[in-house]
Order: sequence, then C-alpha cells, then structure tokens
Amino acid sequence: MSTSGLAAQFTELVLAILLAPVLTGWVNQCRAWLQNKSAPSLFLPYRMLAKLFEKEVVLAHNASPLFRFAPYLVFGCLALAAAIVPTLGTDLPLNAAADAIALVGLLALARLFIALAGMDIGTAFGTLGARREMLVGFLAEPALLMVLFTASLISHSTSLATIVETLAHREFVIYPSMAFAGVAFTMVSLAENARIPVDNPATHLELTMIHEAMILEYSGRHLAMMEWAASLKLFVYSCMGLALFFPFGVAGGGDWLGIVLALPALLAKLALGGAGLALIETVSAKMRIFRAPEFLGSAFVFAVLAMLVHVLLEA
Amino acid sequence: MLQHYGPQLINLCAAVLLLLGFAMLTQRRILSLINLFATQGLVLCASTALVALLTGQHHLWGSALLTLALKVVGLPWILHRLIRRLNVKWDVETLLNIPTTMLVGIVLVILAFNLAAPISRLAGTVTSATLGIALASVLLSFLMMITRSKAVPQVIGFLAMENGLFFAATSAVYGMPMVVELGIALDVLVAALILGIFVFEIRERFDSLDTRHLEKLKEH
Amino acid sequence: MNIPALDAALAAAAAWIAIGLAGTLAPRSLRLSSRVLFPAGALVGLALAAVALGALFAAPSVRILPLGLPDLPFHARLDALSAFFLLLLGSVSAGVSVFASGYLRAGETSPPGLQCLGYHLFLASMALVLLADDAYFFMVAWETMALSSFFLVTSEHRDPAIRRAGFLYLLIAHLGAISILLCFGALQGGSGDYTFETMRLMTQPPAWASAAFLLALVGFGAKAGIVPLHVWLPEAHPAAPSPVSALMSAVMLKTAVYGLLRVTLDLIGFSLWWWGVVVLAVGLVSALFGIVFAAVQSDMKRLLAYSSIENIGLVMAGFGLTLLFRSFGMGTLAALALTATLYHCLNHGFYKSLLFLATGSVLHATRERSLGRLGGLIHRMPWVAWCALVGTIAIAGLPPLNGFVSEWLLLQAFLFTPGLPQAYLNMLVPVAAAVVALAAALSGYVMVKFFGVVFLGRAREPKLASAHDAGPWERTGLAWLAAGCIALGLMPATVIGMLDPVTRSFTGTGMASLTHGWLYLAPIEPQRASYSPLLFFVGAALLIVVAWLSVRAFYHGRVRRAAPWDCGFPFLDSRMQDTAEGFGQPVRHVFQPAFRASTEAPAPADARPRYRETLEDRLWYWLYLPVARATARATALVTVLQRGRISVYLMYSFATLLVLLFFVR
Repeated sequence: MSTSGLAAQFTELVLAILLAPVLTGWVNQCRAWLQNKSAPSLFLPYRMLAKLFEKEVVLAHNASPLFRFAPYLVFGCLALAAAIVPTLGTDLPLNAAADAIALVGLLALARLFIALAGMDIGTAFGTLGARREMLVGFLAEPALLMVLFTASLISHSTSLATIVETLAHREFVIYPSMAFAGVAFTMVSLAENARIPVDNPATHLELTMIHEAMILEYSGRHLAMMEWAASLKLFVYSCMGLALFFPFGVAGGGDWLGIVLALPALLAKLALGGAGLALIETVSAKMRIFRAPEFLGSAFVFAVLAMLVHVLLEA
Repeated sequence: MLQHYGPQLINLCAAVLLLLGFAMLTQRRILSLINLFATQGLVLCASTALVALLTGQHHLWGSALLTLALKVVGLPWILHRLIRRLNVKWDVETLLNIPTTMLVGIVLVILAFNLAAPISRLAGTVTSATLGIALASVLLSFLMMITRSKAVPQVIGFLAMENGLFFAATSAVYGMPMVVELGIALDVLVAALILGIFVFEIRERFDSLDTRHLEKLKEH
Repeated sequence: MNIPALDAALAAAAAWIAIGLAGTLAPRSLRLSSRVLFPAGALVGLALAAVALGALFAAPSVRILPLGLPDLPFHARLDALSAFFLLLLGSVSAGVSVFASGYLRAGETSPPGLQCLGYHLFLASMALVLLADDAYFFMVAWETMALSSFFLVTSEHRDPAIRRAGFLYLLIAHLGAISILLCFGALQGGSGDYTFETMRLMTQPPAWASAAFLLALVGFGAKAGIVPLHVWLPEAHPAAPSPVSALMSAVMLKTAVYGLLRVTLDLIGFSLWWWGVVVLAVGLVSALFGIVFAAVQSDMKRLLAYSSIENIGLVMAGFGLTLLFRSFGMGTLAALALTATLYHCLNHGFYKSLLFLATGSVLHATRERSLGRLGGLIHRMPWVAWCALVGTIAIAGLPPLNGFVSEWLLLQAFLFTPGLPQAYLNMLVPVAAAVVALAAALSGYVMVKFFGVVFLGRAREPKLASAHDAGPWERTGLAWLAAGCIALGLMPATVIGMLDPVTRSFTGTGMASLTHGWLYLAPIEPQRASYSPLLFFVGAALLIVVAWLSVRAFYHGRVRRAAPWDCGFPFLDSRMQDTAEGFGQPVRHVFQPAFRASTEAPAPADARPRYRETLEDRLWYWLYLPVARATARATALVTVLQRGRISVYLMYSFATLLVLLFFVR
C-alpha cells in the first residue's frame, strides 16, 4: 500500500460520489438530443438532489426502522463498491479486502435491502417492485458473476486490481471470450440499472415500474439518498465495464503521473459510454416484464459461453 | 504484426459467429433474424478475407467477394421481399420455450467443442481451434430449424447451417476448391428457390405458414 | 492429554442420556423440564463444544467401551473430523436447548418430560454416531438417532398429516440404514471384523470400493436429503416442533454428511474421479431443485426445509470437487474444496437453526404457519425480527456474514479447475459454477420472500395484533446463534485454522498455512484472491455512518407521518400486498417444467369464484408411487400364501421339516 495508492483510492471514492449525478445527467442529455428534444441541464440531477434534501420526510404510519435506515445502508454499500472498482489506479488498499465475488455480493446486499424496504410499507406497489427487482436480480447476478469469472480465468485471479493490471498492462491480446462477456455485461447492466429495454427510468405508470415502484414511498432526504445511490450504481457498473473491457489508461501501482493522467481518460471513456447507453435506450423499446427472464437468461447463457469459449480457444 | 494479430482476429470472428448463431436461436422476430443472418454473412466475409491475407491463397478473395454478394446483399434482399409479400414480420412461435432452447444450445456447444478437439489437433492450420466453433454453429442452426414451427425461420436456419460449414472449410483447410465452392453456392440457391416455392404452396393450401399443418397430410 | 478428551465427550453423551431419563421422573412437570433439564442440556452442549475445540488439534484417541455384545464391544474414537462435527453439534445444540427451555408449553400432546427424554436421547445418539469407531456401535447409534427423532417429529401425533410425515421419515431412514449396513458389509471385505480400524488399513479393489461408495452415497444421502431421496424432508421438518426442526436441519443432516466423509475419505482411502463427478452432479441438481421449490412454498417451515435441501446440495457439490481434486492428486485444491464444504456445514448449522427457531417464536405468538396469514411482525416482535434478519442475510450468502465466506471458498475452488487433465471435465466445470451462482442468487430471492412476507408489510390477519415478542430464554438462544453467524463471518481465518487439522489428515495440506494473517482470507496467494470481512464491514459501516452524519449535519431531520401512497384508491387494505404465492410467481413462471401443477379455475359465471393451484414434486409420481405400487403388487402375490386356516399353516411347517430332513441327510 503506497501513498499514491491511498491517494488514488480516496480520489476515486470522492470522484464517484460527486460525479455520479453528472453521468446520469449526461445520459439524459444525450437521450434528449437523440430524440430531437431540447436537453435539460447537465447539472439538473444536483438541483434535484438539493431540492429533495430540503424537503420534509413523509413517512407512512407503519414504516419500520429498517425502512428509515435502508437508504443510508444502500448508499454506503454502493459507495464501497465504487471504491473497490479500479478506475484511476490499481494499487488500492481496499483491494485486499474485497475481490470480484465480494463486489457482486455487495451489490446483492444493496439490492436485498432495497427490496426489503419496498416490502416494508405493505402496499401493492412496493411488493410488486420488490418482486420484480428480485426477478431481475436472480438472473442478472449469476450472469455478472460469470462475466467476472471469465475475466478471472484470463488473468488467473479474482482480485479486480490484478484483472485490470493483466488486461491493461500486458501486451494487447484480443480475447474472443471477452466479446461474449461484453455482450452479456451490457445486457446485465441495462437490466440492473433499470434502463430500457428492461425498465423505464422515466415512467409514471406504477404497473410498468420496477425500480421506481420500490422507492415509491420514500420522500425528502431518504429519496435523495436513494436517487443518489441509483446514479452511483450506474457509475459503478460503467466503471466495471471500463475496467474489464477498456482498461487502458488505468495507472499501475506507485505511478503518480499515471493517476493524474488517468482522470481525463476516465472522463472521456465515461462520456463515450454514456452516449452509447443513450443510443441503446433510444433504439430499443421496453419489453414486457415476462420477456425480462428471457433477456437475462440469454445474458446468463452468453456469460457461460464466454467461459466455455475461453476454455476452448484460449487455455 | 499481422502474423501476430491475424489468428487472434480470426478467433474473434469465430466467437462473433457463434454469438450470432446463439442470438438467432433466441430471436423472436423474423426481421431481426434476417438482419442477424446478414451480419453473419459479413463476419464470414471478413474472416475469409483475413485468412486470404494471412496465407496468400488468392482464390479465397474470390470466395470472400462471392460471400459478400450472396449472403450479405442477395439472400437477405430476397428474404425481405419474401416476408413482405407473405406479410409475416412479427413474433415467431417456438416448439420449446426459449430458456429450454438455450439450455439445449449450451449442451450442443459443449458436445461440439469436445468432438472437434482431437480433430483440430491434427489439422495444421493457423486457425484449427475454430473448428469446434464452426461445428457448434452448424448444430445450433440445425436446432433452430427443428424448434421453429414457421417456414421462413426454418429456411434461415438452413442457410445459417451452410454458413457454419463454409466457416469450417475456410478455417480448417483454407477453403475449398473453387469448383466445389460454386457447386455448393448453386445448391444453396436452388434449395432456397425450392423452399420459396414450398412456402407459397403451404400458404396456398393451409392459409398459414405453420409447418405443423403438414401433419394433416398423413394417411390417418 | 489425549484420553481425557474422548472420555469427556463420552461423558457428555452420557450426561445427555441422564438428563433425558431424569425427564421421565416427572413427565408432566413443566418447571422441571424447562427450568432445570433443558438449560442443563445446553451447558453440556457448550462443554462438549469446548472439549471438541481442544481435541481438534490433538492426535486421535481410541477407547474400547465395556458395552455392547461380548464379542463385539463398542469402539470409540475422537479424531479431527469427529471433533469438528462435535463442535458443530455442541455449539448449535446449546443455542437450541436454551431456546427450547423457553419454548416448552404445558398442554401439548406430548408431556414435557417425554419430550425432554426424546430430545436428549437424540442429542446423545448424534454425539455417539460421531464418536463410533466400529460398524456395530455406529449402527446402534444411527438407529437410536432415527427412532428418537421419529418420536420427536410425531410429538403432535393426534394430527394424521403429522403421523403420515413421521411414517415417511422412518421409512426412508430405514431404507438408508439398510444401504449403510450393506456398505459396511462391502468395506469389511470378508475379514468378518467390523471395526473401522480394520477397514482403514485394508485397501479395497476398485470395484468393491465403488460399490461401497455408491451404497454410502445412497444411504447417507437418504438421511441428508439429496434428490431423489429427499421427499421426507419437506414433510418431517415442518411437522416437528421448531427446536426439533432446527436440530434436525442444522445437525442431523450434517451427521449424514459426516458419515459420507468418514466412509469415503477415511475408510476407503483413495478416490476415483467419476465418484467426484457423480457427487457434484447430485449436489447441483439438489441445490437447484431445493431452491426452486422453496420459492413457491406457502408454509414457512416447508420453505426452510426445501432451503435445507439446497444447502446440502451445495455441500455435496463441494465434496464432489474435493473427490475430483483428490483423485488427480491436487492436494492444495482438494484442501480448498474440503474447507469450503466443512465451513458450509458449520454455517448452515448456525443460520438454519436460527431461522427455524425464529419461525418457532412466530408460530407460538400467532399460531400461524402459513405465510398468507402473517405480516408486519417486525413491529410486534422486534427481537425475533432482527435476529431473523441476521439469519436471512447469512443464508442469502451476502457479505460480511458467514454464508458468503463458504460460498466464496466454493467459487474459488471452481475457478481453479481448468488445471484438470480431462478436457470434458474442464468444460463442465464452468457450467457447474454457473449453477452454483444461480442457486445462490435464488436463495437471496427466497429469503427476501420469507423475511418480507412474515415480518414486513402489514398484518394480513387482525389477530396478529396480539402477537407478543419472544421470552428471555428464547431471546438468549436466538442471540447466541446470531452471534455465531456474525463471528463465523467476520473471523474466517480463525475458523480455517480450526479446519486445518481435518483437511490436513485427508488431503495432506491445510489451508491455514496459506492464509496471510488473521485479517485476510487469501487461500492461495493475495494477488490471486483475497477477502477481508472485517475491513469490508468496517469500510461499509464507516461510509454509512459518515453519510448519515453528513446528512444530519447539513440538513434538517424533520419527519411527518402520513398514510401510504394509494394512487387515489382509498380502500387499500392489507390483503392487497403480495401473498407468498404472488411473490413466488416469477420463479414458478421461469421454472415451469420443474413443477407438476394442477389448477382449478372458476367458471366465468361463478357467484363465489374459487381458485386453487397445487404444485407437486414430480419425483413423487415418477419414482415413489411406481415403486410403492410395485411393492404392493409383489406383496399381493405373497399374500396368496396366507390362507387363514390352521391346517394350511401346519402343512407349511410339515413341508419345511420334510425338505430339511431330505437335504441334511
């Protein structure tokens, strides 16, 4: 653990927490441009969060302590996830604490608590959202795990830092298994971040919601934490995708200059990724909820195929 | 540099081919099926061109061009016209549900990889490991033909099978002699013609493209 | 210091038997059983756990008891494997016994004294199974375990469904016992000596060894509840009183795993690679089957019973990997897989008993077992609810609790497999890892359903308003088990140090030498894979607390209470939230081929429409009913011999006498 590593870790964490709403704002802007509408401001999510923090919290009569505590817990879990994924440098002190499997477990923990919070008030919408979120989750989580396993099989390690080091700093090799893994990862990210074609983040109809239905009862600062956590989740998934498939630019250990240069590289890659996401959202239509298992099932199958192709072609 | 990256790019093309084969298996809309088939043709053309570049076999350039003309432009155009005339753009029914089809697909892929492993050790070409993938594509398109009940996806499955065979040929033995190749291409065209007539006949007789209606032609 | 550990363990078993017999002195006295005897049993359990902990690091010790037949005395042995399972038995049973002290009620069908007898005999027989060193003692203890648990399962014997469940349980337990007997017969290899020491020293030819292995798998598997021998589990576990269900699920299933480990790793000695594949396949099928069925249950105890099938499936998958690696001589990887298997046994013991005991408290407070009539209990029973939350997070395999550690170890073992010599195996293993990941994700789904429907939301029945929280004894038991879950999750390196002697004796290497410091869990090397639950927990807690404090510091903390969002529909009631069946419907839809569903739907013009859907186990119709019918037919043939007239029976005896005279001539 070097000072450069510590600095990289801290910068990553703060950057993730501060920049996550901008990423969401950027995706919304690109989507508006693609749909020929006038775009909202890039910093609109910040203003939304500020407005929500100022508001009073309205709690249902039968809300339990779990309901009140869940937003902070979810936010904390996703912030920890953002700290684990190597975006600026690979020499992170928290790397020894959690590897890829622990990262998936952390995301699952956040999902569990959101689902339980959705079920807490006892209205039909909350339980509907919780049920659908777990439906998406139980297929997306193994698919994500298999994608990370493909990367682990290539780099002979489940530690994210080693994976990024191997893929970024070894000589450039084209891995066909990563093509499969890339498709699977894109499908999983779309599903987990509640994007079209699985869920519409801008819908107002309760019957078509997945993520929104679970947080329907939240208001004020709790809703602000949940929204911030959702944009953090998008940030974490984007950084994971970049770390696995486009890791060039991430600095190695002890390289101060590399860390400084990694920041604009990260911003550029995130901007491109966000534009790509907006493109996918614009050309797809939201599918029926019972097509979602098929969608995620294909993601799962592609991820398993990625491992099989690795064993066949690259081992 | 080409010597180093060439085989990797061919492996990549193989992987994309398998990906497209699987994607065709899970597609419900005939329009997307045709587009995926055209993309498969494009990937095939690219890989043939790569093998031609790597090994200097010039007749493969001709193969690549033929593939481009036929499979990327010609056949998809014919198919598009066909479905527009038949008015069948939308959802396809399958005999097995999609998750089960995918599971069977994975089992077939494992089988194909294991069958091809000893053979690819014998072949001395640059891209012998892709034989397993080609065999897997063939089996997957066969599965697609079996599990679809409408005629047009079955036709596309048949054409995709030929794609897999072509890829196996280019990767294992550096392409077939031009004569054989032209012969196969002609066979495929004739088959497509016959299938087209077949499709119209079914529609005439049963007023639907569901090939399960053919069961009514049994004796009792 | 070797001999006293074994003596202490035997003394603990004897103490349990004594406590049980003391219960019969005053069968109807609730005070005696619940205030004196059960807490005493808990203390004995703790003592046993302490003894076992010490014995883990000592050399094996043997003793011949002056009991048993004149030519076949009982042999007892305490080695690392037995010590580990005794540790599991002692620590889990301590918590369960303390809970049971508060759980016992007067006025139930079985008097408290008899329940005390059955319960402590059950504990004692399990301890003796773990200590047995010859086949005779083993079978005696095994049978006692089966019989005492049968009487405990049928405590409420006035209910015919419970009697039927008990009968099914006893039937399959005995089929398993026959298979185990045959296995010991195959192992003794014609020497006539049934002690384990002889079997250990004998090297079997592969055919006999495979036969013994398969018989052991069937026999111990029937008791452990692997598919297709699992049908008794979802019937017997719900039928029993909750402390008994907890013990059965948490400890008894593990004695079956112990038996399989003992026979395969210790008595047979070597392993063939196809044994590993068979066990791995059986494990994966059980895991997926168990959790898919758990997702569609409406009875909370049946849900937990099916979840036990899933966890045993994961244990078997780990064991299959151990055998696979062992047969190819990959010692370190076999040690990793065996560590994962044993750790999962220990974890499951703690969190499953915690969850079963929580359902016991709920059952006592509300008299409801069906998920459709519960809800909102976190407000009425906070202690039980928070302990159950710990159990839920643990069983879903989420960090930083214990379920995650064993799953992490198991997945790491899968990731190292591309080094196997056989190409087919290399390709099947990613698929196996995918199935394990799927089962783990589904268990998260099922546990959200369990916790959410029972404890969260609104009460679905008005009588739930009178539910009361658990009493002090029950709280102590629940807290002990929850603390166990947390400790096992945050200190994995220490636990692996405890498992080290076990893996060392069977695979030659131990993982403890390879973990780096007590803080990190890095089984092979830190660059390869590393996890530190303590750092993880501290990091997460720090971030959460900082977030909360910052929000509080910068913004106001005003809260207003109001009615929930009703979308403009004012008649929302508690029946409109998800039922258990509703929550399980996506799984039912995705995994449709697995169920045999029968639906009764109302006609359009029905004045009082009724909808009923029954989901059944296909194996019951494919395997059990045909076998039962064939047996019935075979016995019908034999009943031809039963004429009912004395002269016919005398003729049978006469004919036999004549035949014998002819042949002995």
